[in-house]
Amino acid sequence: MEPTSHAFKANAHRALGDANLQRAMTMMRTGFPEKRAQAIARLPEFEALRDEGIAIKNHVIAHLDFYLERFEQNVVANGGNVHWCRNAEEAREVVLGLCRALDAKTVTKGKSMVGEEIAINDFLEQNGITPVETDLGEYIVQIRHEAPSHIIAPAVHLVKEQVAESFRATHTNLPRDRVLEEPRVMTDEARGVLRQKFLAADVGITGANFLIAETGSSIIVTNEGNGDLTQILPKAHIVLASIEKIVPTLEDASTLLRLLARSATGQEFSTYTTVSTGPRRASDTDGPGEYHVVILDNGRSALLGGEFQDMLRCIRCAACLNHCPVYGAIGGHAYGWVYSGPMGAVLTPTLIGIEEAGNLPNASTFCGRCESVCPMRIPLPKMMRQWREREFSRRLSPATQRWGLALWAFAAQRPALYRHVSALAARVLGFFGRGRGRFRSLPLAGGWTDMRDMPAPEGKSFMTLWAERRRKTGRAA
Amino acid sequence: MFQPMAEPFRVALFVTCLVDLFRPSVGFAAVKLLEDAGCVVDVPEAQSCCGQPAYNSGDRADAKAIARQVIAAFSPYDYVVVPSGSCGGMIKTHYPVLLADDPAMAEEAKTLAARTYELVSFLADVLKRDRIAARYAGTVTYHDACSGLRELGVKEQPRRLLQSVAGLTLKEMATPEVCCGFGGTFCVKYPEISDKMVSDKAADIVATGADTLLCGDMGCLLNMAGKLARLGKPVAVRHVAEVLADMTEEAPPMGMPDKS
Repeated sequence: MEPTSHAFKANAHRALGDANLQRAMTMMRTGFPEKRAQAIARLPEFEALRDEGIAIKNHVIAHLDFYLERFEQNVVANGGNVHWCRNAEEAREVVLGLCRALDAKTVTKGKSMVGEEIAINDFLEQNGITPVETDLGEYIVQIRHEAPSHIIAPAVHLVKEQVAESFRATHTNLPRDRVLEEPRVMTDEARGVLRQKFLAADVGITGANFLIAETGSSIIVTNEGNGDLTQILPKAHIVLASIEKIVPTLEDASTLLRLLARSATGQEFSTYTTVSTGPRRASDTDGPGEYHVVILDNGRSALLGGEFQDMLRCIRCAACLNHCPVYGAIGGHAYGWVYSGPMGAVLTPTLIGIEEAGNLPNASTFCGRCESVCPMRIPLPKMMRQWREREFSRRLSPATQRWGLALWAFAAQRPALYRHVSALAARVLGFFGRGRGRFRSLPLAGGWTDMRDMPAPEGKSFMTLWAERRRKTGRAA
Repeated sequence: MFQPMAEPFRVALFVTCLVDLFRPSVGFAAVKLLEDAGCVVDVPEAQSCCGQPAYNSGDRADAKAIARQVIAAFSPYDYVVVPSGSCGGMIKTHYPVLLADDPAMAEEAKTLAARTYELVSFLADVLKRDRIAARYAGTVTYHDACSGLRELGVKEQPRRLLQSVAGLTLKEMATPEVCCGFGGTFCVKYPEISDKMVSDKAADIVATGADTLLCGDMGCLLNMAGKLARLGKPVAVRHVAEVLADMTEEAPPMGMPDKS
């Protein structure tokens, strides 16, 4: 996926003018937070569970090599294969090689953000293999030739009328006059279409929410059961996962699963939690003939020991997106690459560079709601600030901004000067603004006054008035 | 109701740059609240800003220099009180982090942080006030400014004190904890997104039917007052200290002409 994060402002402008997107975002802004709050209110030990989950992840991050190797040993012992990939290109080649070895024509896919990260769909298509997304939201964005706009709700930016329109345009073998108003009806239609794709697929590709070191298993959670059909029916199951998905034991995974579902959708547990351990054994009635796990680094190991290491705790629950007022205003596509919202604002620059993604950690009010809901307590605002510090030290931020800041900082370190400038500004702005009490426009302040009025200062600065009061009362400072 | 202190606290008021420039009446309301509670209030001259514009723009060196200056000016007092959760949060939660690797200042930063309070939280949590002798005839709604709420835990303190104001009715917004879109330089760096956020906030405020909007942070107040005024919504916008200090007669609501 060609990033457009550098065009974040233009992307956001478009999103703000998109009536359908705004309607969809209004619904998501209230829906997810309410459900999460209710789920957490029902679990008094949520904070303790959070601590436990964080401890598990921190332990794994400190011993990543050990657990990854242990995972590989157990996958191999179960008859599967692990493929280590340093970057997206290597991962794409591995997947293509596996598909070609099976002479695959079509591939079904469960939801995978790593799949998006390595842009596997486009690559397979270019090589004559048809990928079919089987998660309903992913399927919808795929037939619309869009990318997912949210890491767990790929089509959250759409309203049902748009989905109906896309279904009519794609499912041309179905009666034209059919009624497509209820989401239930549309879901059934997609289910019918996908059923044949499941049966025809040669290879099934899924992501992984967790990789279990002690058993060599991968776990996915879905609410539609599409993941099960994706991985059981074809000749081979390929799991796409990044290195930080590893956890030591099934017990650890279940702790994290309890946090994941509540934080993500407000469910106590996702509808389907599927554990895959190796290919079909002789005694199994079904299952894939081959089981491959593609483990991607793509820059993550470089975060170890650095100021962004905590980001590796992320379990992709999307609570930060769901509670972010900026994400809620513009949706995920505006961020211009795979990951969006606060987690994307921190992660994206590590993966595609701060030169491309510089807007993302800047487009935050630091309201802190993301960190407060993150089940892994990842200090997202702090890490966005760290990106700003890197930009500042490399002089990547706009020159006008840096000069303005330098001028202000010069005055702020000279309180007497600052006091005089502030008093003068209060007096001038107060004089001109007092009549109306506010300004409708102000020179050099278009960023503010294009959108809202600027309340006028009262006229004298506090420090001026305080000095007057002190003189009157005869009190020394 | 309130027990006088044996030895009055010496409290330094950190005025904040926005109160100094835009709304000195908030500063005087803070002084009145503190003096009424028996504190001796001083306003150190060597103050400008808490350094957040530099800190949040990635300019750590200037942020540190300003932090050192604030620490030097405010350390001699029993407490530092700030009529802003944002600037208060900067001193209380960020200075110790910012200066953690500065051997000369790390301890002083921590000591100052421990003595620094947002105004309403100081009244409620330190001075243990749960009632206030003020009168305000109106229906108010209260916006939880982000830093005060999430960095300093300011949530029920202002509500508790407002409930005791004679004549005042409190009506909550649907989402009082959602950011108003100010965010310091954010509002001018990303004006369109900020505008969408403050428009949603304005709609939430108007939907309560309240005639007055209160909040504890000047940045958010300027943003919300500016948007409500642009939309022509007749909501009086004030800093919560003005109501608690019973000083709403001293100045017109923010963005409104001075009739005196």
